[in-house]
Amino acid sequence: MHPQRRNRLLGVAFVLVGASAAVTLMLLAANESLNLFYPPAKVVNGEAPVGVGIRAGGMVLEGSVQRAPDSLDVAFTLTDRRGASFKAVYSGILPDLFREGQGILVRGELGADGVFQAVEVLAKHDENYMPPELLPLAAGVADQESRQPIGLE
Amino acid sequence: MTPRQLWHRLGSPKWFYHMTGPWGSGFLALALLLLSIGAIWGLAFAPPDYQQGNSFRIIYVHVPAAMLAQSVYLVLGGAGALLLVWRMKMAALVLETMVGFGMWATALALFTGAVWGKPTWGAWWVFDGRTTSTLVLLFLYFGLHALRRAIPDPSAAGRACALLAIVGAINIPIIKYSVNWWTTLHQGATFKLTEAPAMPATMWAPLLVNVLGAYCLFAANLIANLRNAVLRRERSTQWVREMVGLDQPATTR
Repeated sequence: MHPQRRNRLLGVAFVLVGASAAVTLMLLAANESLNLFYPPAKVVNGEAPVGVGIRAGGMVLEGSVQRAPDSLDVAFTLTDRRGASFKAVYSGILPDLFREGQGILVRGELGADGVFQAVEVLAKHDENYMPPELLPLAAGVADQESRQPIGLE
Repeated sequence: MTPRQLWHRLGSPKWFYHMTGPWGSGFLALALLLLSIGAIWGLAFAPPDYQQGNSFRIIYVHVPAAMLAQSVYLVLGGAGALLLVWRMKMAALVLETMVGFGMWATALALFTGAVWGKPTWGAWWVFDGRTTSTLVLLFLYFGLHALRRAIPDPSAAGRACALLAIVGAINIPIIKYSVNWWTTLHQGATFKLTEAPAMPATMWAPLLVNVLGAYCLFAANLIANLRNAVLRRERSTQWVREMVGLDQPATTR
């Protein structure tokens, strides 16, 4: 290779490696704050701050959804299905995808009593799209294993 | 023709102009065919999702747009390296003409993502790793567009844009792995190189058709833009003047 070209190639490679290193260090330094939400385990073991605006997420525990008969108040439990779970309360319209077993993010404040006061509820879906008629076939295996951890771990 | 000869000829604007005449329209026809098939197949015949119903169908626009948005940037980064190291003329033209296409693909990916997010997530926009890094990609395209116009000298502008394109390409792996590195609201990758898609073929086949159509559209756009840019850049050369009839061909004179 022509020496001049080799020098330019080295220059470009140096810039790219240097910039990549800088970005990597920035991302590593900011790692925790780049996470969108706290999983149930961190909410339970006290890593999530109390009384400040945060997001937390988990799967809606089956049978835990309690709706008030005369208002939009709703309470439910979010779990990681690995032993950690916390209760969340919310008043408002839930997203269409909100259902038991669904991955859900709540935004709001964690109370000192461990109950999450949500001001916004978002539904998380995974990339395992499926036609409705396949649901009975997939329910047994998929619900237990592949459909369970949708980035909530 | 040896690869080395092809490499040198690809760098020649005149050879490129003469060789690619039929390619542009060929890719455009293929793109329109594939995108029509994919759109009709995806919107009318593919099954709805068991959870999201019909709002799932926006995937047939969203994923091709998002893949293009990132691929175009990688091409710009590669062209930037070719320009800075090898001073290849055609690379300068790629870098100059494809910014707009990538910008529109990114804007379309963000827009369809918002339209998809509202009914499924419950929000138009959430600042998670995937969405934010894609927004940064849009700003990088804005930056390339603005930088070009901020520097009057074309070759200096080309080198500055090449450097920005190369450094900005660091964002592409960040977009790709954002859903694995951090907790995000955005779901994981639809297509992975290492494993089959998690959805059945009736759902991913039309998506694959649309993705191929989108890349054909990219190729058609690239060729058409480059041909225009070659003519503009070489407008005072003998071969262009002869082709448009301003000069008599040398042989008959």
